[in-house]
Amino acid sequence: MSMVKSLDDFRRRDRVFDFLVKKEAPQLDLSHNMILYMEGVSKSFDGFKAINNLNLYLEAGELRCIIGPNGAGKSTMMDIITGRTRPDEGEVWFGQRLNLLEMDEPAIAEAGIGRKFQKPTVFESLTVFQNLELSMTQDRGVWALLTASMSGEQRDHIEAVLTTINLCDESHALAEKLSHGQKQWLEIGMLLMQRPQLLLVDEPVAGMTHQEMDRTAELLISLAGDHTVVVVEHDMDFVRSIARTVTVLHQGSVLSEGKMEQVQNDPRVIEVYLGEG
Amino acid sequence: MLTSRFVQTDNADRWFLGVLLLIGVVVPVLNLLVPPESLLHFSTYNVTLLGKYLTYALLAIAADLVWGYLGILSLGHSAFFALGGYAMGMYLMRQVGDRGVYGDPLLPDFMVFLNWQELPWFWYGFDMFWFALLMVMVVPGVLAYIFGYLAFKSRVSGVYLSIITQALTYALMLAFFRNEMGFGGNNGLTDFKDILGFSLREDSTRIVLFIASVVALALGYLISRYIVRSRLGLACVAIRDAESRSRFIGYRVEKIKLWVFTFSAVLAGVAGALYVPQVGIINPGEFSPLNSIELIVWVAIGGRATLYGAAIGALLVNYSKSYFTTVMPEIWLFTLGALFILVTLYLPKGIAGIRRHKAAKG
Repeated sequence: MSMVKSLDDFRRRDRVFDFLVKKEAPQLDLSHNMILYMEGVSKSFDGFKAINNLNLYLEAGELRCIIGPNGAGKSTMMDIITGRTRPDEGEVWFGQRLNLLEMDEPAIAEAGIGRKFQKPTVFESLTVFQNLELSMTQDRGVWALLTASMSGEQRDHIEAVLTTINLCDESHALAEKLSHGQKQWLEIGMLLMQRPQLLLVDEPVAGMTHQEMDRTAELLISLAGDHTVVVVEHDMDFVRSIARTVTVLHQGSVLSEGKMEQVQNDPRVIEVYLGEG
Repeated sequence: MLTSRFVQTDNADRWFLGVLLLIGVVVPVLNLLVPPESLLHFSTYNVTLLGKYLTYALLAIAADLVWGYLGILSLGHSAFFALGGYAMGMYLMRQVGDRGVYGDPLLPDFMVFLNWQELPWFWYGFDMFWFALLMVMVVPGVLAYIFGYLAFKSRVSGVYLSIITQALTYALMLAFFRNEMGFGGNNGLTDFKDILGFSLREDSTRIVLFIASVVALALGYLISRYIVRSRLGLACVAIRDAESRSRFIGYRVEKIKLWVFTFSAVLAGVAGALYVPQVGIINPGEFSPLNSIELIVWVAIGGRATLYGAAIGALLVNYSKSYFTTVMPEIWLFTLGALFILVTLYLPKGIAGIRRHKAAKG
């Protein structure tokens, strides 16, 4: 039957064939002011439930801190959002229209989700400037990359980011020569070059001095509003200094969510996490 | 902008291209204009030897492009070299015409010997030089594209990729050994007479082939250098150093790998095509996995990710090889092993690393 039907479709001349209609990539739609929906997401590795019926909603422009003991599923959650891991069940939507589970890593990055890893991963044998150059939004087709040249606007953008992350003087140094804290910043800078809507930042202040930490806090706070920022962090002082809303993960699902004081006084949270520290 | 990056050179480029130009001019002059009795005379044997090594240098640059810049350790790159060589060999066989031992106007000798009645379909067209040249690039390119498409799409990398590239070249070797394949089996293709109507025995033809090798090496170097200096080259280094990071930025890692790998295979094919008329034979031994491993040793000794280093490594190792195998044949493999170990221990960036080290100090 379906054969006959598709043959019928083929004979109809009052419309364009389906395969000729160019599929337009759906745009990020923030009409309900929500940027990320994770609903009923579960993922297990060899029987271990890393994520267990997780529900998480992010509003556009908010700065959200996610805390939780080791193995609470924070990294797996990030992996699912960025397309590195596929969940066993559940749905993940970016805005109203983009189904992240149908997209791969580069497509998700292009759509506007940037990620900073726990361990700073910058391109060590390239200069700071080249690291940023590679990260900026651009046509990433092979031929386009081969013939690409730097426009004035792009150069300005890179220089603006260099100022933001305080690495102007190091712009022509190799990334491997940077200190640990500087690498963390460079990676945040690389995120900014992508002009993402949603920034996922995994342990941004690990290995930083107190001064550097303060600057990072300032930077993240200034980014929220224009961008949605999700920070996963162990350092409670740091979380306290930036947090608006805090989500506590435990055994792969949300244990508590709310203002910092609220969460801190939640007896369940005290039991599993804060109490120990 | 496009052209300016092409002409833009640094010291190393000027040295490398300058020396190539010098070789390309001086060697033919010393061979053709200086009388053979003179001490300065460069014998035709030596011209051909150097020409052969220059094609190795081009192959080494192709391997450096994928290994040095993209981190793909291909242990089967000689397969593309050999395929380019076979395509050229088929043209040269068709050029023999009825001058073969059996005098068949159409069939090469080995087919007459095997009692074949007609030319297999894949030998058609190889009587035309332009078609052969096209196949020299298309055959390795298409194979690399298909192989790379499957391997990179399923994210095979590291040691696993190295192993399947070995398997690829080994499988091709076994296939080409078979008489039924129609490529001369064990003996391969040989007894060539002329190329484009010029006898391969003439000194002048050999000089032209030598100059063609110099030009091909210079062009291959320039194009490869253009690629590694472009933003694509930066992306390659980024993929080499942190593959998954570049994915999260939005790079289609598999596409970049695929195209650079394919280009590298084409370059290797061209090198093979220049190699065959100079050595006068192509046989399945060229597919031997050992050749591909030796190729990697040249690049390691010369220095990864510099391009010119790979070329220097190829020339140096092969000249030592020809020296040691005449003087003390039994110790050559030990020498090669020792050289490899010493370079790995004391010059991890190869010979090209010495210059960089000095530049960093001074």
